[in-house]
Amino acid sequence: MGRYILRRVLWVIFLLFVVSAVTFLIFYLLPSADPAVLRAGKSPNPALIAQIRHTLGLDQPVYVQYFKYMKNIVLHFDFGYSFQDSQPVRKEIFSRLPVTFSLTAGAVVVWLLVGLPVGIISAIKRRSVADRTSMGLALLAISAPVYWLGLVALYLFSNDIGIIKIFDGAGTYTPLRQDPARWFGSLLLPWMVLAASFAAFYARLLRANLIETMSEDYIRTARAKGLPERRVIGRHAMRAAITPIVTILGLDIGILLGGAILTERVFNIPGIGLLAFDGIQNADLPVIQGTVLFGAFFIVVANLIVDIAYAFLDPRVRY
Amino acid sequence: MALLEVRDLRVHFRTDDGIVKAVDGVSYAIDKGRSLGIVGESGSGKSVSSLTVMGLTRFSDADITGEVIFEGNNLLEASDAEMREIRGNHIAMIFQDPLSSLHPFYRVGDQLVEGIRIHNVVSQKAARERAIEMLRVVGIPEPGKRVDAYPHEFSGGMRQRAMIAMALSNEPKLLIADEPTTALDVTVQAQILELIGRLQEEFDTAVIVITHDLGVVAEMAGDVAVMYAGEIVEYGALERLFLAPEHPYTWGLLKSIPRLDAARDEELVPISGRPPSLISPPSGCHFHPRCPYVRERHTKVHPGLEPILEDGNHLVRCLLESPTRKALWKRLAAGEEPAAARQEVEGVPTAEGETV
Repeated sequence: MGRYILRRVLWVIFLLFVVSAVTFLIFYLLPSADPAVLRAGKSPNPALIAQIRHTLGLDQPVYVQYFKYMKNIVLHFDFGYSFQDSQPVRKEIFSRLPVTFSLTAGAVVVWLLVGLPVGIISAIKRRSVADRTSMGLALLAISAPVYWLGLVALYLFSNDIGIIKIFDGAGTYTPLRQDPARWFGSLLLPWMVLAASFAAFYARLLRANLIETMSEDYIRTARAKGLPERRVIGRHAMRAAITPIVTILGLDIGILLGGAILTERVFNIPGIGLLAFDGIQNADLPVIQGTVLFGAFFIVVANLIVDIAYAFLDPRVRY
Repeated sequence: MALLEVRDLRVHFRTDDGIVKAVDGVSYAIDKGRSLGIVGESGSGKSVSSLTVMGLTRFSDADITGEVIFEGNNLLEASDAEMREIRGNHIAMIFQDPLSSLHPFYRVGDQLVEGIRIHNVVSQKAARERAIEMLRVVGIPEPGKRVDAYPHEFSGGMRQRAMIAMALSNEPKLLIADEPTTALDVTVQAQILELIGRLQEEFDTAVIVITHDLGVVAEMAGDVAVMYAGEIVEYGALERLFLAPEHPYTWGLLKSIPRLDAARDEELVPISGRPPSLISPPSGCHFHPRCPYVRERHTKVHPGLEPILEDGNHLVRCLLESPTRKALWKRLAAGEEPAAARQEVEGVPTAEGETV
């Protein structure tokens, strides 16, 4: 187990190097805009652009830029400075982490609270009206894009343009420490919009897993023992059906911690996703690079945690 | 009074393709402490009939009629709660594949303890002691240590032993073993059958063994029921079924297993054709499309299960006359081919195409 984890951690570090190199390459091969021109004002002249280019370090060869960038990360955990507002990228990201964390955590709670019970009921009452209705709605929720669902939600419920103004503070993010009630109100809509497709997906997945598990021989054994059906499902079937869900949950959390770009943009939530979005808009390489690296970090670490957790969830798995 | 009496049991499953008559009018009885073998190929209804006795077909879309009388009560009319009280407590069951029948995520001991505690008011500690004791009884080495192992850490034979320990831990009056040895190595098969036989005496349990393998049935004493297409086609004491079988399907089963006492050059004869459809079974005698002795009449008349003259407990579902059947079996037992035997007994040559 120890050797396995060490090997995986080394692999994580290697992957992050690859991700950073690829991001650098993409930025130079397919630039969204020239960062220097973007910052030269309305009537730029070649000398000014060259000077900005020099200040940003863009006049050096790509591999030199990459080497310097990586050196600062490895030696000083320094992710450089934003082209746009000259703020340290590390500070920007860390200040936005709690926001993205709030969004993710709330959405996870919502989608588990909705998705799991719906999945269980659908599996047990298969082909019933409740099953067909919820699975139909689930298909709708999976198909609805976040930017559309988000705009509809804002149109209906936001506290300025909304038709039904019920969520105080929706559309303007308030930090938890500043005002817990407004924090909750401002995030309730985003949580539900972000959770919708996840809840639907988890409900369908759990339903499928549970139906498959219910036909396993050990479920027949559990019934043959004389166990009540509640225990057969709750203890025997769920134990097996939930394991793949835990795996996917870990990965989904990892992905969302890297920034829910669409949700943060639609609801104007200043998280990592919005930072990345703005970075791309402004051809702000250090910000793009930093957010991509953080996103990648969360995903590979989530992967690692899931794989290790699996050994505890399934006694047949040993590393 | 018999411990278990099944009367005219019918289990019909509604499917998209039609009604599957998995069990279609089956009756048998078993006394306290005795054995019954139910033999048949896949799809003969042998498993479904015993799952129904356990009330385990209740979970599917099945129409169940008839009577299952256990200790004087009709289990088909019992409530779900009453069935749970009986299941695993008075009637226990073991299954074909012991690996998939044990929960992969729980320790073997915990699975035994769960079965003990659901039917008895005992502490966790006492139940665990009982589980270890049962593992010892079924011959698992170091039961005090093995009780905490997971099923995948057991060998195939040990898993089936653990299943038997689980089934017998509440000292049931009836044990149903559904293909208990099919998934096991040949050397382990004999050990498991021996174990079941030994524990049957020790616990004074009646045992129903369901199998496709006449060799398994030969290991036990008692009665044997041969099933085909959801019906019993022959029923009788073990010795009679092996020495004086009267149904062509039973002959086919007997001729298709290797025997040590047979002549060396005697070939194994498989039963030709495929198992019948249970949605629309063949007309007349359900076995007629595969029977080498079929006559015109057999495709129209459905035979009843009737006793033979010499032995009222030996029942046969066949349209051939009993003396003809005896004459045929005599020649088959001597190693003759079915066609040759038929020709000799009937005295007329059988041409191709005349057989149906």
